This record gives sequence, structure tokens and C-alpha cells, in this order.
Amino acid sequence: MASHEEREIGGLERDAHGRLVLTLADGSTHTGIVPIRAFPLGAPREGVALVGATGREICWIECLDELPEDVLLLVEEELASRDFMPRIRRLVEVSTFSTPSVWRIETDRGSTSLVLKAEEDIRRLDASRLVITDRHGVHYMIENQKALDQASRKLLDRFL
Amino acid sequence: MTARPLAADLVPMPWRSGLLSSLAEDETLLAVLLLDLDAELRFGSGIVAVTSARLFACTAETGGDWKQWTLQSGLRLSHYDHGGVGTLELHDSERRLALWRYTLEQNAQALRVVDAFDRRRDVLAGLVEDHTAGEHVCPDCRAVLEPDQEECPICAREFETPPTTWTLFRLWRFARPYRGMLLAGFLLTLASTAATLVAPYLTMPIMDDILIPYQNGAPINAGLVSMFLGGLLLSALVAWGLGWAKTYILALVSERIGSDLRTATYDHLLQLSLEYFGGKRTGDLMARIGSESDRICVFLSLHLLDFATDVLMIAMTAVILFSINPTLALVTLVPLPFIAWLIHRVRDRLRTGFEKTGRVWSEVTNVLADTIPGIRVVKAFAQESRESQRFRDANLHNLMVNDRLNKVWSVFSPTVSLMTEIGLLVVWGFGIWLVAHDSITVGVLTAFIAYISRFYSRLDSMSRIVSVTQKAAAGAKRIFDILDHVSSVPEPVRPVHLAGVTGRLELREVAFRYGSRSVIRGLNLAVNPGEMIGLVGHSGSGKSTLVNLMCRFYDVTGGAILADGVDIRSVPVAEYRANIGLVLQEPFLFFGTIAENIAYGRPGASRAEIVAAARAAHAHEFILRLPQGYDSLVGERGQGLSGGERQRISIARALLIDPRILILDEATSSVDTETEKEIQKALDNLVRGRTTIAIAHRLSTLRKADRLVVMDRGRIVEIGQHEELIERRGAYFRLYEAQARQVDEEPVIRPLPIPEKEPS
Repeated sequence: MASHEEREIGGLERDAHGRLVLTLADGSTHTGIVPIRAFPLGAPREGVALVGATGREICWIECLDELPEDVLLLVEEELASRDFMPRIRRLVEVSTFSTPSVWRIETDRGSTSLVLKAEEDIRRLDASRLVITDRHGVHYMIENQKALDQASRKLLDRFL
Repeated sequence: MTARPLAADLVPMPWRSGLLSSLAEDETLLAVLLLDLDAELRFGSGIVAVTSARLFACTAETGGDWKQWTLQSGLRLSHYDHGGVGTLELHDSERRLALWRYTLEQNAQALRVVDAFDRRRDVLAGLVEDHTAGEHVCPDCRAVLEPDQEECPICAREFETPPTTWTLFRLWRFARPYRGMLLAGFLLTLASTAATLVAPYLTMPIMDDILIPYQNGAPINAGLVSMFLGGLLLSALVAWGLGWAKTYILALVSERIGSDLRTATYDHLLQLSLEYFGGKRTGDLMARIGSESDRICVFLSLHLLDFATDVLMIAMTAVILFSINPTLALVTLVPLPFIAWLIHRVRDRLRTGFEKTGRVWSEVTNVLADTIPGIRVVKAFAQESRESQRFRDANLHNLMVNDRLNKVWSVFSPTVSLMTEIGLLVVWGFGIWLVAHDSITVGVLTAFIAYISRFYSRLDSMSRIVSVTQKAAAGAKRIFDILDHVSSVPEPVRPVHLAGVTGRLELREVAFRYGSRSVIRGLNLAVNPGEMIGLVGHSGSGKSTLVNLMCRFYDVTGGAILADGVDIRSVPVAEYRANIGLVLQEPFLFFGTIAENIAYGRPGASRAEIVAAARAAHAHEFILRLPQGYDSLVGERGQGLSGGERQRISIARALLIDPRILILDEATSSVDTETEKEIQKALDNLVRGRTTIAIAHRLSTLRKADRLVVMDRGRIVEIGQHEELIERRGAYFRLYEAQARQVDEEPVIRPLPIPEKEPS
């Protein structure tokens, strides 16, 4: 049995049902392929697994940039539809400084509001990056805490 | 119970008219999903609606136009979610027709839409009878609802309103029982403060009637002197006595409030579900219950008391001063508003600062709580320096936050002192001017100075109340955070009592998600009374989660679990759990004697019962070998017991409560094969006649199971007996093969015996 690294992608296409169909170099085809990032926060362009409908890893991509153009396009398109992590641009208002707290925010995907259940739901990735998980499990990211405007920083600071 | 609103009422205005006008005459709106994301995953709005004949959708991508599909067989509406985003797809047999996305906040609506779609399509195709009128079930948990119920009482859980910022007032709830003593304390405070104010007042006649006349040549009146000095001594003695009484009473009360607070918090903590404990860190929780409640207690007994005394003193002094000389009094009080303003300015900054230091402090304790239990791993991997660095980082963070706070804080006190001095200066200056103009006597001025220096020294200490109040408020908030947390395994509002549990369990469309991760989906299983079910599957397949759900450590997020036909969420938690015996992989023994540990679930058990349980659990003999038998101490600092011995004690513990439902979660995984045999014998005694759910990694442990349930990724993939499943050559066969191979590689251990069902 060939290991995942040795399998080569023959081709990737989307069928009428919107599913990705992967053809390996050995000619086998796999329907309902889902690309999954191994390090979505640490190294999003490296280490992407193509997982089959049963949850088994079919193929491992060391680095996205080594993929041929057409495959890359489909993989990135599929990743984009699964990667939902709005970047918070501004904190407009928070309902309270204790939790649970409702935050009205502006993100790169539009304005919305989130419910912060507890302070523990704010995860510090490194000195400037934060991931905030809301009540429904949506992750929001603050890419650079220091790049936020003064008012947002002041609000955020009360929770850190 | 609310009247069932029409689905149309859920539709916001811009869509409502458009949607309703396009409906045919006999067409009704069944379910609506309001989209909060567009297909590119940007926040936006849209709508998907199911009517009795068609599926409608309107999104920004269609430019606000309605798209519609007629319900017919071949159409398929599927939904799935990932990372907090739900996706709804419409397919026909050839291709995908449409795709909509929403956040999980809308999940219940989505499920309702899918449900309505499937039912209506099948009804229209003539596949099923339309029994919508007869059966009305909750779309989330499939519990049957009353006809007029829209919200399922089990699923409806309102978002808890956040606690108010002025949290300290909420302590009143704990102060209430002591209000009599508090009143006495207050009156004593009033009296003792008044007593301390007598002394400065007496300086006035001493000055004017004795010292000044003497300087002007009059002799000293010995009678008057002894009267004034006696008055001074008496006022001091009275102030001392009253002060002692008030401090004692109020310290008594605050200590009791603190202790009630601790107990209430701990009690509440114990009621919370495992989900809460999973998300919190031990160090943080311990700090909250321990030091925060202590801080509040000190605040109440010392600082608040001082503050009250100060306020009273200021008020009384002001009254006295005004009664002596209003003009001078006015001048004296001029600095007061400035100081009040200063206090107000600094307050906010200090409060956030102290909240922060509290959080950072628990960061420090968290590192400790993390490392000390894991010290073997730390040492084994020689990572002492890394852990030391982690602690240093946390400490440094603590230092930084405190430094920033101290910057504000350090400038605060000296400023107040400066104000005091300036205030005194003003009084001196103005006083001398008044004396020079013969408006007041020297005695009045001395009295003023005596009052004022007390007055301002109190203001200085009053300014300290700001920081301690903020500290206490921050502490109170952290405690109320626990108290306000509603258990995610709530006690039922209208509890149903189980009469004589037979042990029948039914899992109906059970789903469970942890955060945004779906751990168990659409799982159905019925367990008969007395039946033994073996749960097998890869680790991470959801076995332990399922068992946790059955114990009601967590509540299902979809579907329902029924014991003897009753939803376990409508039974009081403790009453339900009394029917469950649990044996875990890592048996936990509390500090105490072996007898106490065995009787943990039934503290009233007699010695004979304890011994009987230990015998049945094959623990009796090794317990007798211990120097103090059943009275030997075990637990953290107690007698060291082997894993197998601990396990047998925990089996005896489960046996003693004689549960109808027994749950074995990898009960034999952490011991060697020899010990496993011993334990197995003990388990066989335990299992007899009880509904048993057993998880085992080693399939051999499950040889007595009536049915094996094979799980994979949160679903049941196979159910059957060992031979059946082997013949089927499915998931179970692969698991069995993999293990048999492993066993072959280890020559010491014989291959797995083919299980035989014992005649019962």
C-alpha cells in the first residue's frame, strides 16, 4: 500500500452535484473529496490533506504552491468555502464587560454580532493574534491586536 | 407555553409580502430559514422557505428575486455543518440545484426546513400519510409536543442576561440573613463615630475659657480643667468601647457572609455539568472560590466598615463645623469636591486594572496547576527549563500589568495628601484672617484645625476604598460568574419521577456537538432491560461521549434519550443518576478509608453490605491483606494500591448502590491480562441482571455482551452478535482482525477465544 505522500494527483474536478472528484495517478477515482488544512492557523499554505467521503486520507499535499494551476484553483475554492474565520476589523460596541457579552463587530465579511460566552473563549495565538470563539462555535480572528483602532482596543483590553 | 406562531410571522417584512403574494390559494407556509451568510460566506441576509407545494429562496445573489422549486420526488435537501457554518444543498438526481449557507445560530430553523421539506415531498409523492396534524414533534429533539407548543420546553434555553456591573450590591443576597446584626453594627458605628467627635469639640472651651484667659493674666480654674479633661477621657473610653463592639459584630457578620458565599459557590459549582469543568482550569476555579471570597470578606469587614465610619464622620463634622461658623466651614470644605473628582477619575482605570491583575494572577496559578500534576511528563522529557520559562512568562505578564496599574495608583495617594496639606493651609490662612478681624476666637480656630486634620486624614484613607472596592467588585464578579452560570444539564422545571426503573434505554435521533464539532449524529438505539451492550469502535468514534450522554453528564444537542420511556431531561438529575453505576478506566479514590470509598454512593451502607460488595467485586481478600483492612487509608496520601485493586474497589462501589443501569467505560483497559481476569470475574457479578453498556478496547472483554454496537465517527455502523458481525466482514471484522494480529505478534498472550454465549 502506497503511503499518502507517494500518491500523486492525476486530476481534480467538480461534478454536477458540486462534489470534488479526485483521480489519482494510479487511475482510481474518489468522489466527495474534502481538503483539510493540517495547520489552519500556524501554516495555512502547507500541509493540506485530501480526505475521502469516509474520512480517510487519500492524498497529502505538502505545500499548496506545488499544485498545478487548475487543481490549486479547485482546492482553494473548496477550502475557502469551508474556512469561515471572519477577521475582526473593529469592535463597535459590547453589551457588557463581563460575560456573556454581545459584541457588535465589523469584519472583513461584513458587520455582525457575536456572543462571547466566557473569557476563556478568547485564545491568544501569539503576541498580536487572537481567536475568539462565539456561542455557536464560529471562530473570529483578530490578526493584529495593535492595528485595531483606539476605541476597539480599549474595549478588547477589558477582556484580556 | 406560547401559542404557536405562524411561520409567516417569522419572515421579515421585505420578504413577507413577496412570499405571501406568490403563494397559491391552498398553499401554506410550513417552515422558514433566515440565512445570515451568503454563498461567499459574507454576512448578509437571505431566506429559504418551504410551503406545502414548493421550496422558495431569495438571496442577494439572485438580486432579490424569488427562485422556486416544486416539491417532487427526486429532489433532495441535505444539510451539514463545519466550523460553525451550516450548509443547505438542494439536489436533484443529476446535479446540485442550489446551495445556501448560515451560521449555526440558525441551525434549528434549518433542521425545521429540512424536516418540513422531506415530509411534504413524501406526502405529495404519496409515500407516507400526512400526519402532521396528529404528531407534532420538536425538530431538535424529536420529543412529542403539545399541539399548541411551538418551543420545545426541553430545548428552549434562553440566552442568560449578563450580570450588572455594580456587582457588589448583589452580595446583599448573602447579607440578608444577617440584617439584624448589620443594623446593630450600623447603630454602633454611628454612636462610636459621634463619640470620637467629642474630643475636638472640647478643645474649643479649653482654649477660650482656660488657656487664653490665663495668658491674659487670669488664674487657671482647676475645677473647669478637671471637668474638660474628664470629658476627654470619658469620650475616649466610650469611643473605645463602642468601636470594639462594632468591629466585633461586623467582623462576625462579614466572616459569615464570606463563608456562605464560598459554600454557595462550591455547591453551585458541583451542580454544573462536566462541560463547564472541561472548559475551566482547576487553578482558576480554586482561586475564585478560595482567595476571591476571602478578599470580599476582608473588604466587608475592614474596608467597607472604615468607609462607612469615614462617611459618617465627614457628615457629622460638616454639621458641627457649620454650626460653629458657617463661613470658615465653607472654606474648609472647598478641597472636598476636587478630591471627589480625582477619585472618580482614577476609579475606572483602577477597576479595569484590578480585573486584569486578577486574570493574570490566575494565569500564574494555571501554570502551576498544569505542571505539578504533569510533573512526571515534564521530568521524563527533561523540560524543566521550558516549564520554568512558562512560569517566568506568566509572572512577567503579571509584573507588567501590575506596573502599569501602579503607575496610576502611586500618583493617586500623594496627590490626595497634597490636597490635604493645601486644604489645611487655606484653613490656617483664612482662620488667622478671621481671628485678626475678631470674627472668631482662637478656640474656634483650634477646634477647626483639630477637626479638619482628622477630616482630611480620613479622606486620604477613604481614597484607598476606591482600590479595595474595585478589587472586591472584581472578585465578586468572578464569583458571580460561577453563580450565574446556568448548568447545561439543568434540573427540569416540572420534574417527572421514575417509578421503579427497569433499565430500558432508548436513544432517539441523538446528536451531540462539542463547540462546532459534531461528535454524534442521528443515533438510534434501543436497549432492553437487563441487556448487555458492548460499544466498540476506534477511539474518537464517540463511544465515551455516548456514555457521558447516557449518564447525563452532558445533554444531547439533538434528539432525546429515554429511560423507561421518559426523557431523562425531565427527571431530576440526582434521581436519574442514582440508577446508574459507573466504572471508569481510571478509578478515582477519595482520601479516606477503603470502607468509605466503597460506600461513597450510599454513605448509610452497613459494614456487612460493604463486605458483601467487596466480596462480589473480588476485592475482599486483598483488602484483608492490608494492615488495617477496611480501615486502611487510600487516596492521594494513603496506602498505595495497584491499578487492578483500585478498579475492584470502584466495582464494589458500583455494586453497593445496586444500579439498574451499569456503565463500564474501558474498565479493564489500564491493567494487565492477569489482573483483567480477576476484574472480569468481579465484573461478571456486577453485570448480572442489569442493563449494561460496556466500552472496551479489548474485544475479548465483551464476550458476554448480548449485542455489539460498532461505532464510527459518531454513528452506529453495525449492530449484532460477535459471530454475526464476523460473518458480515464489515467494520467489526476489521477491528477484530487488527486486534487478533496484534495478539499474534505477542506470543505470551493467547489468541482471542471465540466468545460463547453462556446459557442464562
